[in-house]
Amino acid sequence: MAVTTSTPTSPPSMAQDLLNSLPKTLKLKTKQQELLIRVTTLGLIYILAFITRLFSVLRYESMIHEFDPYFNYRTTLYLTEHGFSEFWNWFDSDSWYPLGRIIGGTLYPGLMLTAAALYKILHFLRFAVHIREVCVLTAPFFASNTAIVAYFFGKEVWDSGAGIVAAALIAICPGYISRSVAGSYDNEGVAIFALLLTFYLFVKAVNTGSLSWSLASAFGYFYMVSAWGGYVFIINLVPLYVLVLLVTGRYSLRLYVAYNCMYVLGMLLAMQIRFVGFQHVQSGEHMAAMGVFFLLQVFFFLDWVKHLLGDVKLFQAFLRITVTGAVSVGAIALGVGTASGYISPWTGRFYSLLDPTYAKDHIPIIASVSEHQPTAWSSFMFDFHILLFLFPAGLYFCFKRLSDATIFIVMYGLTSMYFAGVMVRLILVATPAVCLISAIAVSATVKNLTRVVRAKVQTLQSGSGKGTSASKGSSKGVIDNSQPFQKNGAVVLLLGAFYLLSRYAIHCTWVTSEAYSSPSIVLAARGAHGQRVIFDDYREAYFWLRQNTAPDAKVMSWWDYGYQITAMGNRTVIVDNNTWNNTHIATVGRAMSSYEDEAYDIMRSLDVDYVLVVFGGVTGYSSDDINKFLWMVRIGGGVFPVIKEPDYLVNGEYRVDKGAAPKMLNCLMYKLSYYRFGELTTEYGKPPGYDRARGVEIGNKDIKLEYLEEAFTTQNWIVRIYKVKPPKNRW
Amino acid sequence: MAMEPLLRIGVLFLFLHLSVLVNSSPSHHLQIINAERRIDLTSHIIKVYLTLKVENLGTSPTSEVRLAFSPAEAEHLAVVKAAVTTGKRKKKTYVPLDVKPVGPPDGPNGTKFFSVTLLTPLGKGETTTLEVLYILTHSLEPFPVEISQSESQLVYFRDSAILLSPYHVKQQTTFIKTPRSRVESFTVVEPTKRAGTELKYGPYDDHTPYSYSPVLVHFENNNPFAVVEELEREIEISHWGSIQVIERYRLTHAGARHKGVFSRVEYQTRSGASGVSSFKHLLAKLPPRVHSVYYRDEIGNISSSHLRKDFLKSELEFEPRYPLFGGWKSTFLIGYGLPLQDFLFESPDGKRYLNFTYGCPLSDTVVDKLIIKVVLPEGSKDPAAVIPFQVDQHLETKYSYLDIVGRTVVVLEKKNVVPEHNIPFQVYYNFNPIFMLAEPLMLASVFFLLFAASVAYLHVDLSIRKS
Repeated sequence: MAVTTSTPTSPPSMAQDLLNSLPKTLKLKTKQQELLIRVTTLGLIYILAFITRLFSVLRYESMIHEFDPYFNYRTTLYLTEHGFSEFWNWFDSDSWYPLGRIIGGTLYPGLMLTAAALYKILHFLRFAVHIREVCVLTAPFFASNTAIVAYFFGKEVWDSGAGIVAAALIAICPGYISRSVAGSYDNEGVAIFALLLTFYLFVKAVNTGSLSWSLASAFGYFYMVSAWGGYVFIINLVPLYVLVLLVTGRYSLRLYVAYNCMYVLGMLLAMQIRFVGFQHVQSGEHMAAMGVFFLLQVFFFLDWVKHLLGDVKLFQAFLRITVTGAVSVGAIALGVGTASGYISPWTGRFYSLLDPTYAKDHIPIIASVSEHQPTAWSSFMFDFHILLFLFPAGLYFCFKRLSDATIFIVMYGLTSMYFAGVMVRLILVATPAVCLISAIAVSATVKNLTRVVRAKVQTLQSGSGKGTSASKGSSKGVIDNSQPFQKNGAVVLLLGAFYLLSRYAIHCTWVTSEAYSSPSIVLAARGAHGQRVIFDDYREAYFWLRQNTAPDAKVMSWWDYGYQITAMGNRTVIVDNNTWNNTHIATVGRAMSSYEDEAYDIMRSLDVDYVLVVFGGVTGYSSDDINKFLWMVRIGGGVFPVIKEPDYLVNGEYRVDKGAAPKMLNCLMYKLSYYRFGELTTEYGKPPGYDRARGVEIGNKDIKLEYLEEAFTTQNWIVRIYKVKPPKNRW
Repeated sequence: MAMEPLLRIGVLFLFLHLSVLVNSSPSHHLQIINAERRIDLTSHIIKVYLTLKVENLGTSPTSEVRLAFSPAEAEHLAVVKAAVTTGKRKKKTYVPLDVKPVGPPDGPNGTKFFSVTLLTPLGKGETTTLEVLYILTHSLEPFPVEISQSESQLVYFRDSAILLSPYHVKQQTTFIKTPRSRVESFTVVEPTKRAGTELKYGPYDDHTPYSYSPVLVHFENNNPFAVVEELEREIEISHWGSIQVIERYRLTHAGARHKGVFSRVEYQTRSGASGVSSFKHLLAKLPPRVHSVYYRDEIGNISSSHLRKDFLKSELEFEPRYPLFGGWKSTFLIGYGLPLQDFLFESPDGKRYLNFTYGCPLSDTVVDKLIIKVVLPEGSKDPAAVIPFQVDQHLETKYSYLDIVGRTVVVLEKKNVVPEHNIPFQVYYNFNPIFMLAEPLMLASVFFLLFAASVAYLHVDLSIRKS
């Protein structure tokens, strides 16, 4: 532990010494005071990071949020109930009917294993907690751990002051909280911890050249690979960083040891994750790391040859030949690999990161997800607040004091900021870097200012304390020039900095409580008299499915609700949020956008028993299936050209009222959403059938269903479930 | 109601343990002079009030009167109680009597017997009046079996117009009360009269033992057929001052199955005519001074519940996530805490005992299988349960927070439980208060070790290299 190495207490006869110095020890030395304050601050930050994420539990309840976490929860439950090998070999027939899904081979198990391990440990210590509580609190727990890692990282990159500031900033940063509130049991919750830990250990390895640190970073990388697909960022950023160090002439043996050990071991370990498999040697996204690995060998070899030769001219010639040879061999290997199909080309997701417009044109299924949209300026402001301004300042300080570590943090900051701009959800990856760099800015500024403020006091007190003598000397010269203004200015600036930081804290708390703590399963609204109204329709519907349908019933819905239906409804779904099979999703999209009789054939072929749609017309809930419908048309039309987007639009406009396109008014999704809605008066003073989500009176009020019948509609109509009738008898 | 006092003192009589009598008394020496039967069909729990005037024709005094039940009835019988009236008209009091099932041999056609033990043997030529209450569950058969949302629920009730009895019955009448005046059909056994919600069979004179005349009543019953298929109540005692109760319900609507469409529009707008047999509101009567009540299920909290508290009782009004139509199911759990001093007492011999109510807190429900688990504190010994009726008992071990040896759990299982079973029972056990300190001491020592370790760590230099 870095904290303790700085304490200079190693007395030989400790007992006697302790007895003698008992009165003295009560009065702490400056260093001990500093240690005490630091440890206390870190402890408080640790607690703060945890409790600020508990808003959602207080506002709602201890429950799993959103969509993907339900899958994670379901698999964790399976893992704790059936054990690891069952989990690893689990073929899940409850999703992607009739294809099924090999769970062990298609998921990142890090999160589930972590939660299950925590659960086991707690039960070993005789804490009889439910696995759900463990899952709900995993993300806040890891957020606290991230804050501690941020402290050590900051300490490694700059100094312990910056470390503490970084820990405090990241503990409450909304960009991170958005994915780590209690209940948001998603891969990112653990992965950000793993990401930062890997980076910290790698930087530590580069700084020390120690094999043990780079070994540790390899294991950090392994944990990251097991937890999140975002590990690709590490495996590309680290080689890029190494390359930059090589180009800037900062090659050292420390770097060689750190990178080689981390890459080779990390790669071998990562192959143990079945979902990743041999991608490290076969996929285009991982080739940069391998290229840099070979490049490092060449560098080392050249260094060795240079050391042996001693003749500059001969070496120059040798250098030319080797570099040309190495580069051409590498290029040929890459070319042959790609051409023969051994090395797979980049995936669509990777492309869409490099080219933000790629997904929109080629992969509608990626573009349809709201968290894959390019980031708006407002969300940067919302998630980073003052960090957005401190970030460039921090970059300035980093450039002023360039070292291997600061180069790393600068590169991490710049690349992740770019990715954050491309995709909303990647703000998460940028958050630790932004916090660290901002912390450097805050720490350096505050340190400089306090030095100015304190300098005068010290000169007046005729300066004692040997630790500050150097700084005193340097600041003395400055003070003599324009003492009164500078000191007052420094005080004002300090106050300003504290004001900004307190605004940041207020903003973060507000954002956490207002924006990021909603589970999105339970909706809350304000009633007419200001009271809190809860719409618990999702769970009502899922629980109805769970209790009152045949155990093997197949439910068709848009893929968004797949994970929730399997986890809460315990029923088989046709498609879910895994989205691994575009054709299957397109089939569902096609069924939803066809006429009822055509859809019936599709549903019969998929053995569908129930169809579930989400409808917000009664409550004014806007993220319902009618608003998502155009994506269903697009994704369906992408595979089945029968479905054409213009058929559902009128003059390029999407509408559901009387002026809507005839196909729109009679497609399955429209019928299921608005079935018997025309009889209902939703708002006082409006005609019956007034859709509150879209603010129009619907165009087709006389909907007859021939092949389906209403099986269940929730209290506020948010979820509607229809039963597919069996085929008519022929006689 | 006339039978109210009977119910009240029924609680008392179940504590009485009278001496077991030989079940070989000759039955044909008794005669029933007058039998009046009132069958209450207003709910799905059928209550039958039977008044028997018994005369001893034999020579020897007898103290046993037998009640006969058909096999179908015996299967659904939840409670049989008997009492004898004493005193004159105004000052009538009921003295409960001991009722026991009689083992084989059964009567003709598998008739099952229960024997009522009289307080004083009935001498030759003497008469006595017995008041009997028995409760039947699952005895209303929905017909049609499946109904749609707009239909109301019709049920069959099968019984005999003539009282099934091992004795000669001189005169008898049967009254059947239906919930509403709508009766589709009923078997006529002259004389039969129907007026409003009441159906009268009889009076019939002189029927020989084991006479039987099946009747079938087909009538409307839209009362909620709330049946808890399984209820597990876990009562965890902590000597630190609280009792935690968790009740896990598996509720179902046991009436006519819902068929076809469930239309929310109709359910919302025409609530009087749509889904009349479905139910949504449930009421649980909890003990007074209840606190930290929660109501949830496997997928989370259910927000539709209200708690009303006063000095005598607490009432929890709650709704399942969705209205229950015929055949629909729902599972949920209710948990609450209670102050320890209201339920845990110390007996004169130094044992502790828990005094708690048996049965299901939900009003007007049948519980097919009730499991009560009393989790005693860690370190308690010699548990013994005292229950006024027959239950299956066994012991289990449960590990809760910071348990090392585990807690003893007394498991009490009973089938076919109705609200009449809500009477107190006791669990006695020995407990040494020193065990209360085990867990706080464990926690304290962990913290002490933690601090000691960090102190030691700060004062010991473990590095190999001397810097």
